[in-house]
Amino acid sequence: MTDKPAPTASVLPFPAAAPSNGLSAARAAAEPALSARNLWKVFGVEANAFAIEDGTAMPAAEMARRGWVAAIRDASIDVMPGEVFVIMGLSGSGKSTMIRCLTKLIEPTAGKVMFHGRDLIAMPEKELTEIRRTRMGMVFQNFALLPNRTVLGNIALPLEIQGIDRARREAKAMEMIELVGLKGRENRFPRELSGGQQQRVGIARSLAVDPEIWFLDEPFSALDPLIRSDLQDELQRLQKALAKTIVFITHDLDEAIKIADRIAIMEGGSVVQVATPEELVTRPANDYVARFVAKVPRAKVTRVRSLMAPATGSILSPDPVRAEATITEIGPILVSGTGPLPVVDEGGRMVGTLDRQAALAVLGGRAGAA
Amino acid sequence: MALAETGRMGGMGWRVAPTQMALMAAVLALAASPVLAGMLPAALVDYPKQAVIGLAAFTGSWLTWLAREAAIGPLRIAEITRGLANVVEAPIALLNTLFAEGIQAGRGDQVRTVVPPLSWLAGIGLAALLAHMVGGRQAGPKLVALIVVGLLYIVLFGFWTDAMFTLTNVIISAVAAIALGIWIGTKAVTHPRIAAPVEGLMNVMQTVPVFSYLVPTLLFLGYGPSAALVATVIYALPPMVHATMLGLRGVPPEVVEFGRMAGASPRALFWKIRLPVALPQLAIGINQTIMACLNMVVIASMIGAGGLGFLVLTALRKLDIGGALQAGIAIVVLAVILDRLSLAAARLAASGTRIRSTGIPHGRLALGWFALASIAALLLPAFQSWPKELTLTTAPFWNGLVSWINIHWFEPLDAFRSFTLIHIMNPVKAYLLDLPWTLVIALVMLGGWMAGGARLGLTVGAMALFIAATGFWDPAVTSVYLVGLGTLLSLIIGLPFGYVVSRRQSWRDAASLVLDTLQTLPTLVYLLPAVMVFRNGDFSALVAIVSYAIAPAVRYSMHAFAGVPAERLELAAMVGASRWQTFKWVRLPAAFPTLLLGLNQTIMLAIAMLVITALVGTRDLGQQVFIALSRAKPGDGIIAGLCVAAIALIADMCLKAWARRAAARNGVEA
Repeated sequence: MTDKPAPTASVLPFPAAAPSNGLSAARAAAEPALSARNLWKVFGVEANAFAIEDGTAMPAAEMARRGWVAAIRDASIDVMPGEVFVIMGLSGSGKSTMIRCLTKLIEPTAGKVMFHGRDLIAMPEKELTEIRRTRMGMVFQNFALLPNRTVLGNIALPLEIQGIDRARREAKAMEMIELVGLKGRENRFPRELSGGQQQRVGIARSLAVDPEIWFLDEPFSALDPLIRSDLQDELQRLQKALAKTIVFITHDLDEAIKIADRIAIMEGGSVVQVATPEELVTRPANDYVARFVAKVPRAKVTRVRSLMAPATGSILSPDPVRAEATITEIGPILVSGTGPLPVVDEGGRMVGTLDRQAALAVLGGRAGAA
Repeated sequence: MALAETGRMGGMGWRVAPTQMALMAAVLALAASPVLAGMLPAALVDYPKQAVIGLAAFTGSWLTWLAREAAIGPLRIAEITRGLANVVEAPIALLNTLFAEGIQAGRGDQVRTVVPPLSWLAGIGLAALLAHMVGGRQAGPKLVALIVVGLLYIVLFGFWTDAMFTLTNVIISAVAAIALGIWIGTKAVTHPRIAAPVEGLMNVMQTVPVFSYLVPTLLFLGYGPSAALVATVIYALPPMVHATMLGLRGVPPEVVEFGRMAGASPRALFWKIRLPVALPQLAIGINQTIMACLNMVVIASMIGAGGLGFLVLTALRKLDIGGALQAGIAIVVLAVILDRLSLAAARLAASGTRIRSTGIPHGRLALGWFALASIAALLLPAFQSWPKELTLTTAPFWNGLVSWINIHWFEPLDAFRSFTLIHIMNPVKAYLLDLPWTLVIALVMLGGWMAGGARLGLTVGAMALFIAATGFWDPAVTSVYLVGLGTLLSLIIGLPFGYVVSRRQSWRDAASLVLDTLQTLPTLVYLLPAVMVFRNGDFSALVAIVSYAIAPAVRYSMHAFAGVPAERLELAAMVGASRWQTFKWVRLPAAFPTLLLGLNQTIMLAIAMLVITALVGTRDLGQQVFIALSRAKPGDGIIAGLCVAAIALIADMCLKAWARRAAARNGVEA
């Protein structure tokens, strides 16, 4: 990407060379898997004129006068390979339109959607179809299963559409059924399954083509809280094994914090902040985000890495903590001893020490930990 | 926003007073109409004859010209259409050969059957196997029993061959209507621009009386099965188109999005995703289309379709009520069988299962049974066609019953009939006929305006004006009188009954079963009992209309009162409302929008039946269409038919708009 556009004012720049953002430095430097640049979606009478007259600079009052409503206004995001990118917003914030523009299910009014450097919006239909067939998968809020097909028939359908022969597609579908834990139910019909099981089918179906990028549109919103939590765990388990690039839509902040590497907060069609969960809580971009995250316990989002001091030789402790763990996660260790704790990275090498008092202060909900 | 809100509030406040004033003026005008008629100039009371547009004559001569003279290049249209008729006739002839006639040789008295058609023994077995296949393990046995008993009635009473003629016509017209309906419906959904016109056209087609189609098709295709077939297909098309549009539009958008994300081509998206998901809805449409075909095939027997309908009509003409009733029962049997079979198939489609192997090789069994039954039929002709000597008949019984009724019950029945005619029906008719046409049109416009605003008012007013301008005012008013009285009676009987039945689930289920069966019966059948007891005339027509139109009155009343939100009833109980208070303030307002839709359906069925009652000598639009049919005046038939459609559409549009408004006030979508 040679023409890296300047980030818009409302969006925090990324990458900000911040090692605390949850991405390894190498990954942050890589090219985004998917990026949206100055995306607009305008609904209303003759909204086509928007692109011609370049409505991007139009004041809000003028747009209202013409009867135009911007579901997405000037949104730019970068989704890096292998990250879980959550788009979060309340209903009417434009997140649903956003994911549909990112997949070109809806044509954006203006702007670009680059997929590995190719513009999805401008590319020929045939190429787009090929990309959707083999490199994209999508999970829907209400599952979007075909009621006339069995679990097996549903999961094999994307492969059937590609023209793969029956034996091979059904073998692949069985593999997926096993992956999501529905073995033995392959001949059931969707209506014979619970909501959670139906969404497992949706997940299996979206993974059957082994996509690079995985879109999940409020996948757990229609489920009961307990099932929702189960499936969030399941998603994390799958992601650990599959390492897909994920774009995940939700209106549930807890869910976003639980699974996200980074979160984009949307309000009134604009992306108001893109940040890690921790940054979102500690450095909200504006009042809206601040009010939003006010109730989130800091311990839940604060990672050991951001509290630790550089390593000062060896510490005699049986309990090293991972740099990427949240303070909540290491809570039991914190309260079961005294003295500083050694911090290790993924490889088990020691990278710093953690002051137990500072961490406990965060756990206890007092702010001034830094 | 706030400004707009207050503006609207102000508008409503402004609107209430004129509405009430207009309503009062309307009531006054109706009450004082005899006086009013005396004061108005004659041209405003009776539509002047000189001002009638000769649309009927013009349409007639144009159609005749088109059918007889018009040519495209060297080819005359008549030749094309007759050629088309021959093409259409081929499959009918083929199926008739298979099911009814066999292959025959010789002429006149020397006719010999070379290869016999399907014997009744083979036919019943094959039908039973089909029933078992679509009925599955649960519903199968019952369905098989129903079919065997029903078909045995048809065989034993000597109706087998005629029933097969009817069935042949139903099969071919249904296949054509279903294919065409799905195609049109699909096009309408995928091309939003033609959706509205298609829906409008289908609504008109559904309300234009069946006889109207017959004359033009006769003109183009000539007397015979192909004309009947084309008319039937046109008649049966709307439910299939509606079901297709409803089904395809009902496919969840997410499912379509999934298909696009999976990279499905437009063709795959339709065949693999949209159509299968819409199939349950389509299957219901198929059921309705088959029943519509049967209804029309029975009526179309008067232009040469033959079959059971022909038997009923000839018996009616001979005033052989017993014979008509007996053949009528055979039609009922056929209707119930077709309905249950296609419903079972629809259920199978909705369940998404393929025919699960029940361990029974249906195909091989069918072949085996066919072979066995055919051999048996060759050896013993009674298995081929039931011998005439052994044919059962109940006609003497029915005729005896009719005479018995006439002998023992003549006086009270006739007194009842005369009283109703002299003191209710005739005065109403006279009053309506005396209403100035200008006043009626003004009132229609007022009704439309109050129900749905100025645009609706103008639309319905234009339709009423069409009736006056084409010179069908008096027959139209006669139609309104019969339909109006029929609807009123249906409501008086049907609404309270529905209310009572709505109280218990078990009662509702039982009533639904009866209503479902009643509504599958062809309209012609409803005439028979009425004529049997009350002979020809307006009163029989009224009885037939009420017996046909009462079904939706009961059904919607039942649904409306059963659908009152439980919370509201609990609230009424908690504040200690009396039964009457609960009914007045809670049940009725909640049920009202659905009741209006029920009223609409009742009117639609009353109109559908009205057209058929022309057969028993009424003097309304139906009769005009019917006369046009017998005199082969296609223009009169079409225009009178359009007038019937106009009456139906006026009622339909106003009531639906009103129901939408009432529902919006209730806080629910209609």
